[in-house]
Amino acid sequence: MQSVQYAAPTTLAQATQALQGASDAKILAGGTDLLVQMKLGIREPGLIVDIKRIPELTAFTLGEHGLHLGAALTSAILHDDAQVRARYPGFMEALGLIGSSQVQGRCSAGGNLCNASPAADSVPALIVNRAVCNILGPAGERSVAVEAFTTGPGKNCLGSGEILVSIDLPLPAPRSSDAYLRFIPRTEMDIAVAGAAVALTLDAAGVCTAARVAIGAVAPTALLVPAAAEALIGTALDDTALANAAAAASAAASPITDKRGTAEYRKKVVGVLVRRAALIAKARIEADS
Amino acid sequence: MKVKTDFKYVGTRPIRPDGLDKVTGRAMYGADLNLQGMVYGHIVRSPHAHAVIKSIDFSEAMKLPGVLATMSAADLPEPGDKKIPGGEVDFELKAFSPIVMARGKVFFHAQSVAAVAATTASIAAAAAKLVKVEYDVLPHVLDIHEAARDDAPLLHEDVFTQGVDPVPTRPSNVSAEIELKMGDLDAGFAAADLVIERTYSVPMCHQGYIEPHACVAQFDENGKVEIWCCTQGAFMVRTLTAAVTGIELGKIKVTPSEIGGGFGGKTTIYIEPVAAILAQKCGRPVKIVMSREDVFRASGPVSSSETRVKIGVTKDGKITAMDTDIIMDSGAFSSSPLFPAVMFGTACYRCDNIRSSGREVLTNKPKVYAYRAPGAPQPILAVECVINEIAQQLQMDPIEFRQLNAVNEGDLPLFGVPFQAIGLQEILREAKKHPNYQVALGENQGRGVACAFWINAGMQSSATINVSEDGRVNVLTGNPDIGGSRASMALLTAEVLGIPVDTIRPAVVDTDSIAYSDLTGGSRTTLATGGAVIKAAEALVAELRKRAAALWGINVEEVDWIDGSAVARSGTGLETLNEARANDGHAPATAAKSLTLAQLAAQAGVTGGPLCAVASHNAHNAAPSFALNMCDVEVDKETGKVEILRYTCIQDAGKPCIRPTWKARCKAVLCRVSAGR
Repeated sequence: MQSVQYAAPTTLAQATQALQGASDAKILAGGTDLLVQMKLGIREPGLIVDIKRIPELTAFTLGEHGLHLGAALTSAILHDDAQVRARYPGFMEALGLIGSSQVQGRCSAGGNLCNASPAADSVPALIVNRAVCNILGPAGERSVAVEAFTTGPGKNCLGSGEILVSIDLPLPAPRSSDAYLRFIPRTEMDIAVAGAAVALTLDAAGVCTAARVAIGAVAPTALLVPAAAEALIGTALDDTALANAAAAASAAASPITDKRGTAEYRKKVVGVLVRRAALIAKARIEADS
Repeated sequence: MKVKTDFKYVGTRPIRPDGLDKVTGRAMYGADLNLQGMVYGHIVRSPHAHAVIKSIDFSEAMKLPGVLATMSAADLPEPGDKKIPGGEVDFELKAFSPIVMARGKVFFHAQSVAAVAATTASIAAAAAKLVKVEYDVLPHVLDIHEAARDDAPLLHEDVFTQGVDPVPTRPSNVSAEIELKMGDLDAGFAAADLVIERTYSVPMCHQGYIEPHACVAQFDENGKVEIWCCTQGAFMVRTLTAAVTGIELGKIKVTPSEIGGGFGGKTTIYIEPVAAILAQKCGRPVKIVMSREDVFRASGPVSSSETRVKIGVTKDGKITAMDTDIIMDSGAFSSSPLFPAVMFGTACYRCDNIRSSGREVLTNKPKVYAYRAPGAPQPILAVECVINEIAQQLQMDPIEFRQLNAVNEGDLPLFGVPFQAIGLQEILREAKKHPNYQVALGENQGRGVACAFWINAGMQSSATINVSEDGRVNVLTGNPDIGGSRASMALLTAEVLGIPVDTIRPAVVDTDSIAYSDLTGGSRTTLATGGAVIKAAEALVAELRKRAAALWGINVEEVDWIDGSAVARSGTGLETLNEARANDGHAPATAAKSLTLAQLAAQAGVTGGPLCAVASHNAHNAAPSFALNMCDVEVDKETGKVEILRYTCIQDAGKPCIRPTWKARCKAVLCRVSAGR
């Protein structure tokens, strides 16, 4: 009979200490993935370290340097902030797509990232927003770009005893916006068959001066697709540019066939989503200026 | 037959008697009961779809502290060729016992092989992992066409295709064949100007009830078993548990809990006999709760099917011939709704020349069970698609085409009972003029129309009505309330007794507390159980008139029952008091003597004892129901996503007992339609 130990540290130091003492520890934030996995027998940790009582992990600030997000801050609390919603509409719509209202009250961007599902909705949106992950471990602090954080399905770059502490999203440049779209066969409460996030900056003439495109659920991890961004930069997002970006996204995708969709379908649809997300981001910039 | 159409209570909107407990979380569902000393059962399931069980070794599991008992098929009687009495048709015990515990062989992945009981659920789960089962894995077959082939892996050595003459000598995975015919099919097709033939398949799906199966069983020193469980039929659980375990039926008492959906999927047993045997072995009450995963893997889904439909029509739109052939997947044991599928696929249309045939095929999948109008949707989907295609080719409006061919009163369907008063033409008329049918469609939008049919069941039910000293009324039935039936039973009682519905408390009681009732299913409860309730209420009224007559010292013929009171007719000068009531809309003159139900109840002790009535009913008057659904959808041409724009459901519902519940049920059907797409 396996027994489970539970620790609820109130400081990061206590948390890293607890993690170092156990070989089969798991970090618990909202638990919307971990508890389900435990119930299904997929994970059987010997120690659960609940990080929700560490104040800096559930706090956020929005300032001149951007959004500083505690890794365990719930999606619902972040959603209550109108300024965050206005600054990062695509990221916030991606985060808001996770689960139900009840799940939104528990889940966090940090948890979505650490769980490392290839279909995680918020990850492509974090990638296009140039998010940086701040990690604390036995060897001290380090930071990694969000696109390098997940390393495969269910796998991330955290080493033994390391905790994702916070995520920093730089402040978008003027005349910038983002958008996230996913395809699900239902209307809500589903897992993405394919997902796409686009962040754009337009000049006064409507020409795209900067772009980032990321796709989800079509590869072992969410992917940044520079070729799709390059197809948009320097254009006025005309049909040809959008078609090129879509084609680049489809080409970058290496999906699997499973119960949610075939590889062929996912490759095609992810391109459609990139094109549509780019148009939404563009419309948002135009609406703001 | 005179049909009563003016009702005081039926058709109103009472507060649901079960509502408050459900919204506050107080209602007790299958997993909610906890008994003193209760322990937990866990089932060991097969990791193979088809395998011989060579051995089961419990020794390691038994070493785990907290493990109290184990069981397997060795603890159940050999089913042999024993039959389970099932009303009109007997069931084969050998098709039920292996679902509870596999015997010698497993036929589908996640079939139960063994079970353990332990002091906590987690110890039981850990112990289940320590049970060593040795298998000889056999080739399996999942596809109906492959399974029907002569060289397919054979599931059962003792299944020979039924319905074939002469009886085959070789066993087969094709467990049954049926063919029904009317008229001259060749002549019908010869008279047609247009013939369309198509094949449609419907995949297997699960009923998806929100509440997983759960039960608690307790054994006493006299060998009496009590079972609490969520089920569509407590008496069904009693019958099947007795048959599977060999425990005497009269020693089993089953109490149904609240039920979180069933949709046909809770019309059988899975875990109840396991809990009973484990409880017997360890002398403690045993709870078993299936996980959602167990439910999906191991409980009866719905038959997948393939239907070939060939329909001939004249150029002016009259159907001349209909030929349908369905193959149904029954999972590992014969249980598919093949017969209804063959009978009802063409029921919406009048046609002199019909042939309908079908085959049931066994595959290495869970044994199938009923799901909303079992057997009807699969062939009807295929028939309706062909009907739409014909209407399109004839350039006729799909509803007008159906109006030309829809069945009417007096028409003889394939199942042989002429239709009495039915409402399909009225449905079509309403559909044609419905605002949703007039909406112009935009780009990438389309509109579909389909009719549907269900026979509805009657069967056996019972009811007891008890009057308490203050005149309040308890209505007891034996049918688990899966869609608001308690409210319906209260309304029917109120209607007959003429008393406010909130003075009536309806309850679903255990198998020791009421006479036999068939399970809740086949849309039978309001009709058959409601019929028993009406009979009991009428018997109670007769008794109440007798009591009043005795108190007044007059003949019972002189006493009427009006608006919840006994009223003496003598001295009023009226032939009948109902006449007087009809004249001024009220109970008669104050001059007449009257006694309310509460007054009679208070004096029951001196007029003959407690007031109660019991009735049993075997309903043979089920009327079929028809429906039309129309749906507008828009297709995203780039992603293929289909969005439902408008959905309109028109049903011949008869007289709904509770109007909001009927509406809710229509909406629930639509939710399933949109969830299942």
